[in-house]
This record gives sequence, C-alpha cells and structure tokens, in this order.
Amino acid sequence: MQADFFAKKRRNSFIYFALLIFLTWGAITVTEYDVIKGFTSIPKAVEWTFSNFYPNEKAMTKLPDILKTLVETVLVSIAATTVAALFALLCAILGSNTTGINGIFSSFSRAVAALFRNIDVAAWSMILLFSFGQNVLTGYFALFFGTFGFLTRAFMESIDEVSQSSVEALRATGAGYFPIIFQSVIPASMPQLLSWILFMVETNIRHATLIGILTGTGIGFLFSLYYKSLNYSSASLVVIVIVAAILIIEYISNYVRRVIL
Amino acid sequence: MTTLLEFKNVSKQYGHDTKALSDVSFAVKEGEFVSIIGPSGAGKSTLLRCINRMIDASSGEIIFDGANVMDFRKKELKKLRTRIGMIFQHYNLVNRLSVIENVLHGRLGYKSTLAGVLGLYTEEEKQQAYSILRILGLEDHIYKRCDQLSGGQKQRVGIARALVQNPKMLLCDEPIASLDPNASRIIMEHLKNISSSMGITVIINLHQVDVALKYSDRIIGVNKGRVVYDGTPDGVKTNELQSIYGTDFGKTVDEQGGQHAG
Amino acid sequence: MGWGWDESIRAVNDKAGNKAGQIHNKPIRTKPFNKASFVIQITLLTLVALTLYGFSSFDYKDVHFFEAAYNSLVTVKTMFLEPHFQHFTFAGALKQVIVTLGLAFLTTLFGAVIALFLGLLAARNLSSNTVSVMIKGMVAFIRGVPTVLWVLIFAVAAGLGSVAAVIGMTFHSVGYLIKAYSESFEELDKDVVEALKASGANWWQIVFQAVIPSSITYLISWTFMRFEINFAVAVAMGAAAGAGGIGFDMFMASAFYYDVREIGVITYFILAFAIALEILATRMKRKLRAAE
Repeated sequence: MQADFFAKKRRNSFIYFALLIFLTWGAITVTEYDVIKGFTSIPKAVEWTFSNFYPNEKAMTKLPDILKTLVETVLVSIAATTVAALFALLCAILGSNTTGINGIFSSFSRAVAALFRNIDVAAWSMILLFSFGQNVLTGYFALFFGTFGFLTRAFMESIDEVSQSSVEALRATGAGYFPIIFQSVIPASMPQLLSWILFMVETNIRHATLIGILTGTGIGFLFSLYYKSLNYSSASLVVIVIVAAILIIEYISNYVRRVIL
Repeated sequence: MTTLLEFKNVSKQYGHDTKALSDVSFAVKEGEFVSIIGPSGAGKSTLLRCINRMIDASSGEIIFDGANVMDFRKKELKKLRTRIGMIFQHYNLVNRLSVIENVLHGRLGYKSTLAGVLGLYTEEEKQQAYSILRILGLEDHIYKRCDQLSGGQKQRVGIARALVQNPKMLLCDEPIASLDPNASRIIMEHLKNISSSMGITVIINLHQVDVALKYSDRIIGVNKGRVVYDGTPDGVKTNELQSIYGTDFGKTVDEQGGQHAG
Repeated sequence: MGWGWDESIRAVNDKAGNKAGQIHNKPIRTKPFNKASFVIQITLLTLVALTLYGFSSFDYKDVHFFEAAYNSLVTVKTMFLEPHFQHFTFAGALKQVIVTLGLAFLTTLFGAVIALFLGLLAARNLSSNTVSVMIKGMVAFIRGVPTVLWVLIFAVAAGLGSVAAVIGMTFHSVGYLIKAYSESFEELDKDVVEALKASGANWWQIVFQAVIPSSITYLISWTFMRFEINFAVAVAMGAAAGAGGIGFDMFMASAFYYDVREIGVITYFILAFAIALEILATRMKRKLRAAE
C-alpha cells in the first residue's frame, strides 16, 4: 500500500517531467533556438556592455534633448492612464456584480474590456499609425486602449471585493443608486483603484518605450535612432534615464500605497 | 397594540425546486421584540430580507403598517426602506470612513440624489447622529475610522446608522454572531433598550437560543422554511426546540452553552 | 418624527444617567482629516494636473484629430470585418503563432528555473536579510529596463532572432516570478520550517520536502500567469525587435505591405490565443482560491 503510494507519486512526477522535456524540445525546434549560442551570448553581452554600452562625454551633450523627450513620454503615459481610468471606472461601476445595472450590460462591458485588453499595445500602435502617423497621439491612444481594457477588469474586481457589504447596507436604508456609488463604493474602493492606476502608470512608461520604437515617437524613437546608427553611448544614456524615471515613479507609488492601503 | 407587520402565506423559491420559505404566516405588534431562531440555512435570513425587499418573495402578502410591500414600486420601496433599519452580522460599514460618516449614511434615503452624492447633511442631522452615538457610548470615537474599532463598537455604529433613519422597525441579521460574549451582551442590551424606550419594533435573527429566550417578548422558530413555533419564550421547552433544531437538539444546546460560558 | 423621537432620546439619556438633550458643543465635521485621504487627494490632483499639462504641451503637429479618429475607425472596421490572407496562408499563420507560443514557453521555463532559486534566496523566512534585500534590489533594476531594451541590447551580442528575444524577455520573467515565488514561500507557516529544522533536516531538505510541496500550486499558477503575459510580450517583441513569430508578420503587414486586412487576420489569431490563455489562467486562479 505505502510502496504503491510512493511508486505512483514517482510515476506522476516522471510523466510531468517527460512532458516538460518534450514541450521544451518542441519549443526549441519551432523557434530555432540555438541552445549553445544562448549560453555563450550571455558573457559576450556582458563583455560588450562593459566595453561599449555606457555614456561618454559626447552623449552627455544630448542629455537635455533626451530629458525633454522623456518628460513628454512620461506625460503621455500619465495622461493616457488617467483618462482611461475615468472611462474604466464608469464601465466598471455599470458592469460590476455589486453595482451593475443589469446582466446584459455587465456581460457587454466585460467583453469589451477583454477585447481591448487582449489586443496588445503593439497591435494598437500599428493600427493607429495608419491614421495618426508619426504623432504623439498614436502612442497616446495605443496606451489608452490597452489601459482601459486592463483597468476595467481590475476596477470591477476591486469594487466587488471591497464594497459588496456596505452597498447592501445602504440599499437597506433606502438610499438611491448615485448616493450609494458616491458615498460608499468610491470611498471604499478608492485606495485599490488608485493603486491600480499607479501600477498602470509604471507599466505604461515601459510600454511607451516599445510603442515609441514601433511608431517613431517619444523616448523609444530616440533610443532606436541612436541604436540603429550604432551610437551606443547615447543609447545607453537613454536606457539609464528611462530606468531612473521608472525607479523614481515606482518609489513614489510605493510610498503612496504604503500610506493609503 | 396595533399590528405593525404581518406575513400571509409567504413563500420564496430559488430556481425550480429550492424552497427557502414555504407558507410563512405570522404577525408582529408594534414595539414587540421578536427573535427568529432556527438552524443555519433554515431561511431566517431570507425571511428578514423579504420584509424590506432586499429579497423579493415569490408569493403571499407582507403587510407593513397597513400596506402590502410586495406591491410597492421603486419610490414607495425606497420610502419603506427608510422606515426600516437593518443591522448585519458583518456590520457592513465603509471601513475607511469615519464613524460619523457611516452613521450619517442612514440619512441618505431622505435626501435628494444631489445632496446624497455630495454628502451634504444638515446641522440637525449631525446633532441627531451625535446624540445617538452618545447613547451608544461612542461619543469619543466619532472621528475615528471604522477599521480602528473593535467588533462590538463597529456593531454599535451599525445600530446608530439604523437609528438615525428614525425607523419604525429594526431588522437585525445575526447581529452578535461575530462578537465575543461580553460585546454580545452590550449589543443585546442596547437593542432591548431601544425597543422598550423608543417603542421601535425589533425583529432579530439569532443563533443563540439562550440569548433569544432571555431578551425576547416572542420567539418564532423556523425550520426548513416553515414556522414551527410561534409564541412566548416561556413556551420554548425541549420538545419545541427539537422540532426547531431536529432531534439531535440536546447536543446542540450543550455545545452552545459551552461556547457561551467560554 | 411624529412619534416623538426627541422624547425617546431624552428618555434613553435619562436612563443612561446623562443630562437630557445634551448636544455636541462644537460643529460636527463630516469629513474629518486623515493622512490616507489626504495622500489620495494629493495624488489624484497631481495626476489630473500632469494630464492637463501634458495635453497642453504635446506637439500635435497639426494632426486633424477628428479626421484621423474617423480614419482609425474605418481602419478598425476594415481590419475586423474584411480580413484576408495575402502574404501567408492559414497554416502559415498558425505556425507563426506556435513559434510565438514557443518563445513564450522557453522564456517562462528559463525564468521559472532561475526564479525558483533566487526566489528561495529572496524569501525572508528562508534566507538572510542581506541576501533578500540584495535580490529584491536587483529585481527592481531589472524591471526598470523595459523588455524591448533588454532584447535589443542582447541582439547586439547574439544577433536579432530567437536567442536574443528569449534571453532578453527572460529578465522580466525572472523579476516577476522572483517576487511572486518569494511571497508564496513567505506565506509558509513558520512552525513547519522550525519543526523540520528541529528534526535535523538541512536547508535543501527543508526546501524540497516542505517549502516547495506546500507552495507548488501557487508556483504553478503564478508561472502560468506569467506564460500568459509572455505570450503578449513575445508578440510585441516580434514586432519591435525582430524576434520572429506572429508579431513579426504583423509588423511586416503594417510597416511594409500597409495591408490592414492582413493585420485583421493576425489580430484574430492573437486574440483567439490570448483569450484562451486568459480563460485558462482565470480558471486556475479560481481553483486556487477555492483550494485555500
């Protein structure tokens, strides 16, 4: 009996392990991944980074330009997040289980959110590139749509989690729909909502870099410009500036989270 | 005294074959303190929520203050709910808001949408909220956030929120189920006090038989969605308890007694 | 209040031994000050101010907003309602999605293996404070560099392609999973570790006999969630960093062939897989919550 138990456990582990190996082999084959090159490229990349990828004096002269573009990219990320959050809040309130107006609308807003969330920002930016061209609005709307989809789902979950009980209590006092929303749902879930918004600001700055590379705008464009012209010292300065910006914003939002949650 | 609430053959069905209430009939007089007891899942909570239509009964009549609440449209329903206060097992407060804000939530049903949205309360309402908090012994905590209160204090905030509605009746859904014995006693005394001195009718769902017997004017025993006992606390003997809780009752009572002593 | 509210209050007050009708002598504020609400308000105001400032400072380059917005709608409509295959076939597209899945799989696998060890070292209950803080600092730095930059930096050494893509994407996977794993480990009951320590088990034995078995469901679910994210990342890297797979086809359809309809087909493919993965991940999460 006991021997059986351990034998079975071992057999199961073996099956899972074999499956994993098989999937790995399959993935290596279809992606034409070169395992040896994978290992050797790491020391090579490290060596290259230390010998080429740092800012020199010439790169420093570009710093004002880089900072100006960075500020623009950060502002685009923030603006896209806040406006998307506003729309997402509306959609989440109308669609959540606790405060939703009806089942059909609820399913509808969930479906819309899923659609927007699963079309990647990369796809959005290419779609928008057709009409808006190499413009700051291309990046703005690409971020906006993805953020809207993500926040709608996140907000719905937060609202349901936090405010279900107090909504029941206020309904029992005879309060109307809008007073309940403004006196109970929003105050109760505000910290969670804000935490999601801050998370999305951080994420969007990373996404903005990617979108910039694809659409030729903002800090991402600057990076790919230097990168493609093999001006690695200036490119490294861009990376350093982005990392600094992201870390600062992360620090601020961690502080805010600590206080409010 | 006049009859305030009357159930006439009320049933509630979920889906096709789950009956939460079947053919429930009873009447409650003004100012009475009525306990509803019964095992978990007997339909106590559904029964209570049918009164203020948080749950809609499937059939029958529920007469409150001379009108059948089952016929009420949206506006009348809102008005009905302002006259019935409700108290919950998990207090159902907005934990991040202050005590005074949570109490004033009880006034929202009387306000226009705009005033409610903006949270504009009159000085009179604030003073009333304060007086009630004083009665409940919370006057030192009015600006505290509710998540800093103990369970018993939170439940008193819940009671204050219901009282500030100027209700004719209080519905209490397991108000002491999450509290320790001492806090439970304080809450029950407050409820009893409210009922006797303000003349507010109280209907309360309880798990603890001894508590129900001690405080109530009347006991309604519910089992499997049916009223199996309706009478004075004196009339509740082993036999009656067995019909409410099933034949294993002897055991249950010991466990509950033990819980209370601890 | 026809039934004598004030009298009732007075009656209760008298009973409680209080002076009748005593009222609060200072005006009652309904919004008392607290730090959390203050910080929330300041943060919201800052975000709104930055948004407004942003809108006023952007260089819009005379874009005709409504015209462009209308054109975008037309593009989206054409894309979704008239998709067609031009430069590849159905089977070809399917193969490319599988390549993207493969990239995501390898990235997740490498990330999971590395993160498992570093996650053990980052968990406060299994490791020393210094090591834990060091690893968490490293994770913060890794996450500071956007994935696309990791991939492009590696592409210089390894050339554009799957090697650079997988290694570059692995960085963020490692960062994400270290955080997730170490938090799962930290949830482990302290007493279990103590009991095993008392029985003379060494660190590795504790890890493999207690820590990993008791948190395995969390580990699997977090890993799968990361796989879902990595699929989207792999699509984006295909487009932005030449990593291959369906993302690269999308980039070609958009930047070289200007073929909106083909982008439509590709988007449908990606959507189908992304939503399938999301549903799987949600189910897994729900199962986990039920198991708790």
